[in-house]
Amino acid sequence: MEICVCIKRYPSLGSAIMLTEDGMAIDTDKLGFTLSPHEECAVEAAVQLKEEHGGTVTLISMGPEGVEEQIREQFAIGADRAIWIHSDSTDIDPQAAAKAIGDAIEADGTAFDLILLGSESADNANAQTGVRLAHRLGRPVATAVKGMTIADGVATCERAVGTMREVYSVPLPAVVTVKDGLNIPRYPSVPGRIKARKKPIEEVPATLDAPRIELIGLTAPIRESKGAQDLGAGEEAADALVDVMKQIGVLS
Amino acid sequence: MILVYVDHDRGELDPLALQVVSAARGMDDDVQAVIVGPNAEKCVDELAGVGVRTVHHGSHASIADYTPLANARAVLSVMERLEPRAVLAAGTARGSEVLAHIAAIKDLPLVTECSEITLTGPDTAEVTRARWGGNLLERSKVTAAPLLATAQAHAFAVAEQPGSAQVEAFDVPATDADLQVGIVDRTGAAATGVGLAEAKVVISGGRGMDGPEAFAMLEELADILGGAVGCSRVVTAAGWRPHAEQVGQTGTKVAPELYLAFGISGATQHIAGCKSAKTLIAVNTDGQAPIMSHADYAVVDNLHTLLPVLIEKARAAKGA
Repeated sequence: MEICVCIKRYPSLGSAIMLTEDGMAIDTDKLGFTLSPHEECAVEAAVQLKEEHGGTVTLISMGPEGVEEQIREQFAIGADRAIWIHSDSTDIDPQAAAKAIGDAIEADGTAFDLILLGSESADNANAQTGVRLAHRLGRPVATAVKGMTIADGVATCERAVGTMREVYSVPLPAVVTVKDGLNIPRYPSVPGRIKARKKPIEEVPATLDAPRIELIGLTAPIRESKGAQDLGAGEEAADALVDVMKQIGVLS
Repeated sequence: MILVYVDHDRGELDPLALQVVSAARGMDDDVQAVIVGPNAEKCVDELAGVGVRTVHHGSHASIADYTPLANARAVLSVMERLEPRAVLAAGTARGSEVLAHIAAIKDLPLVTECSEITLTGPDTAEVTRARWGGNLLERSKVTAAPLLATAQAHAFAVAEQPGSAQVEAFDVPATDADLQVGIVDRTGAAATGVGLAEAKVVISGGRGMDGPEAFAMLEELADILGGAVGCSRVVTAAGWRPHAEQVGQTGTKVAPELYLAFGISGATQHIAGCKSAKTLIAVNTDGQAPIMSHADYAVVDNLHTLLPVLIEKARAAKGA
């Protein structure tokens, strides 16, 4: 199977968000970078399918210098090669992003059986790049998938709705966007990390359409401490907790 | 006119649709709805109750259940006839998906997770939308006619507007390719306990639980309080608990009366899922943990010694 996985580099936010002075971006100066859980699951699913069916896992990522870090990490998990669409930023209008990814896939020429993306990005949550890419390539698409099996040229995809699951069957070649919980992504092994250094990354320039959604500014909702009331510890705390539960009416 | 794509599951209206219609009525008096497939007519009265006066009901011999691209074709056919100023849907998996299909086919922008939408001109709008699971707000200008947007859940209040609605039936112009992907089956059992998303009390554990064993105590406490057990992403990534219990940006977003966080540090990924709780109690050995700044009450203690005492006292208080 030829599988393509689109991944995106994000700052690791930790517990607080600092904005740049102009309020147009997150100040990433002191931050590390990572993938989102959705995309980690997408790569894990691709590697599992490769282990089962054979084939190649190709990563595609858009962004400036630095995306190589996330690409190499996923090489260590088991992806084989990557296409790096070199753009100035990872904050790309979803219409332009889907078109650029579609162009890169066509230029690459690999006949991908399956193209996986996260169901929405961790940062902008536009939740549309996968669907746009599917239309760009003329393929069927299933979105927000949390369970997937491939047999006889069909991807059987499950979407979680409460405790129930909706089942969709999608003929390959297809685009599928997945969610955290699809699997438990493995950790990279030491041999995996060594092999990752040598795997090929092909760099292609991004030609991006002008964004149709124009950012005016970002705000981080006020994060002042609520000034938690300290209920102490031990038996005293347990008594106080019971009192609070009674007071708000969840224990009677 | 504002057109709202209204989702339903085999005739059961998506309750968020009422919020979306109310949001649309804040933009224009004339709000019409598109519903698709068998049993959709069961939703008409509820839609009329929030001010929808025309419901366009699309049918097709091959649409038996939710079929995303065919639903998008249904909305597109109404759009082409009536030229709405905006097309809105709920920011659910289905609402986002149907609007994304429309956006892709018409090569239009789509703004998702909006909490404010203001039409500023014949083809301009300003929106406020959530980034990072609501930890950051984005203000943006969109130039497009029609505007395509999804509404963040619970960002808009339902405004009653009693009346009746006229149903206009139409045939959905769907091709075989449009009908290729749709629901073919449903699996899994309906929830036996209290559902996490609806629970009045959510009791969550994080890294500080030190393993899957201590979750038995959270289950016991949840049982006493009639609540549901949740957890942080660290816990599901370690395989201690199923992903369905994860509270957070990539898990379930909860809005209980009481959220009890045991051994959870409070990363933005987790706060995105629990910040709508009315009361948040954090139990952590680290009094400086980020979760403490989101808490109403703090207990700086070891959860493993506190929980047995708390369970005993809560059970006694319930019996009393």
